[in-house]
Amino acid sequence: MSAISRAEVEHLARLARIDMTDEELDRMAGQLDAVLDAVAQVASVVTDDVPATSHPVPLTNVTRPDVVRPGLSAEEALAGAPEAEDGRFRVPQILGEEA
Amino acid sequence: MSAQGVGLVDYDEAVSRFDPVLGLEVHVELNTKTKMFSGAPTEFGAEPNTQVDPTSLGLPGAMPVLNAKALESAIRIGLALNCSIAERCRFARKNYFYPDMPKNFQTSQYDEPIAFDGHLDVDVPASEDGSKPAFTYRVQIERAHMEEDTGKSLHVGGSTGRIHGAEYSLVDYNRAGIPLIEIVTRPLEGTGDRAPDVARAYVAALRDLLRALEVSDVKMEQGSLRCDVNLSLRPSPDAPLGTRSETKNVNSLRSVERAVRYEVSRHAAVLDAGRKVVQETRHWHEDTGLTTAGREKSDAEDYRYFPEPDLVPIEPDPAWVEQLRATLPEPPAQRRKRLQAEWGFSDPEFRDTVNAGAVELVEATVAAGAPPAAARKWWTGELSRRANAEGVELSALAVTPAAVADLQALVDAGTLTDRLAREALDGMLAGEGGAAEVVAARGLAVVSDESALVAAVDAAIAANPGVVEKIRGGKVQAAGALIGAVMKEMGGKADAARVRELVVERVGA
Repeated sequence: MSAISRAEVEHLARLARIDMTDEELDRMAGQLDAVLDAVAQVASVVTDDVPATSHPVPLTNVTRPDVVRPGLSAEEALAGAPEAEDGRFRVPQILGEEA
Repeated sequence: MSAQGVGLVDYDEAVSRFDPVLGLEVHVELNTKTKMFSGAPTEFGAEPNTQVDPTSLGLPGAMPVLNAKALESAIRIGLALNCSIAERCRFARKNYFYPDMPKNFQTSQYDEPIAFDGHLDVDVPASEDGSKPAFTYRVQIERAHMEEDTGKSLHVGGSTGRIHGAEYSLVDYNRAGIPLIEIVTRPLEGTGDRAPDVARAYVAALRDLLRALEVSDVKMEQGSLRCDVNLSLRPSPDAPLGTRSETKNVNSLRSVERAVRYEVSRHAAVLDAGRKVVQETRHWHEDTGLTTAGREKSDAEDYRYFPEPDLVPIEPDPAWVEQLRATLPEPPAQRRKRLQAEWGFSDPEFRDTVNAGAVELVEATVAAGAPPAAARKWWTGELSRRANAEGVELSALAVTPAAVADLQALVDAGTLTDRLAREALDGMLAGEGGAAEVVAARGLAVVSDESALVAAVDAAIAANPGVVEKIRGGKVQAAGALIGAVMKEMGGKADAARVRELVVERVGA
């Protein structure tokens, strides 16, 4: 059984707003499946005494004081923007979606 | 605009046949100096994209580090809401495709909130006509978690400001990354026809609590406190929960109440028509008092949360948590009861003070030496009128409680009449200085020079022989004309009671 279905790839493509053809979906599903199979090998070494972790180093409670540090000017912030207007990032129209 | 094309059911009828269940999600912006995960400043109203740094812009390689003050505020909020504080918790990435977060995810907390399982007892006031009694409702808090605010989008083209028909959008990331605490209730059951009152009272109580904690500006009109209202109806309290709608960004206490009422009427109409309520996000329109459909909850809602690898887990030291517990303020409801007793205000007087948002201001004015009744009169009367006229909050007026106390001291000392005091207030609000300064500069003090008053009274008597005849003939009320003449002569700066005494004395002598 494959680790990821073509339908799941199609769903992920829609979530990421990537327009994919049927042929691309077929090819990507196969390639992602191979990647996931490789990653799944980790599961073969899972034992009861090793808890799942999101952080490989045993660090906790790293914080910074609430002190302002110099950031970027509007010019610097917008320097890498493909388009800008009135000091703001200009982005393509967003239809039917609101966060 | 109708609800799924089926109109509305009268509110009272709707709640007679359906049982409403509420859920409230409140987002509160913390008043930290810097953002949740970086040292960029957080001031409101700055020029676009001037309060940003690589982390708030999600630039490659930028690494987030948690703001210690924000963590402290989150724990204090959790404790004040009677929550348990997590022994260990992590941040998570909430992935979604929308340009208000340039990194394409919002750093939030998912299955491991910092605070959970709490409650807040809310005093729901009696209805204005007194037909529905006051009561206390315990709101169960499911969780309070840390996250970051998003940027602000301005939609251009079509009808500007609206997302539909927009040709493009302009994004300002000043707000992106400002620390937010999201406070989520469990479903609030058993509110019956008082659902709108409970919703409003809860948000008001939460606002008061957050203000007392001094963790946020809690200005709903500026968006530092935002409320999403979830509502569903079911045929009876025993029935399973109905499908809910989620009305976003309801940004005043009155709107919270109105939005609940509207959604009850709308849901009832949909259900009466034999249709299903669509689970969707709705938008509240302050101007029309309506909600309209937004995004339908669908697979677009698949946020693919996963633990944030760039931030390490939080394990608050229990001793520190107990130290923070010791910093909690007196609960606002308890504090109000105490203050009302100390000040000797009647229920209506105290309610007016609360409704005017003047409790803290009166408290500070009393602390500065003013009698409580006089402090209340200033803040709920003249100063409330000025604030309304200027369209600002009472606390935003350019006069401090100490200055008001100084002004009242001049009234109590007989230096100012009420009218002169209001004139002095004009000067104080215009930035001309403190009470004494304005009184001196504008020459407002009551004329205390007895000989000047006597001269003015004698002049008025000499100029109005007819009036004098009437008074001598027994028509004492005719003295008003002489008093008026004297007050005019003195530019209003005389004590009217003293002038009356003098008039009677000099005419009758």
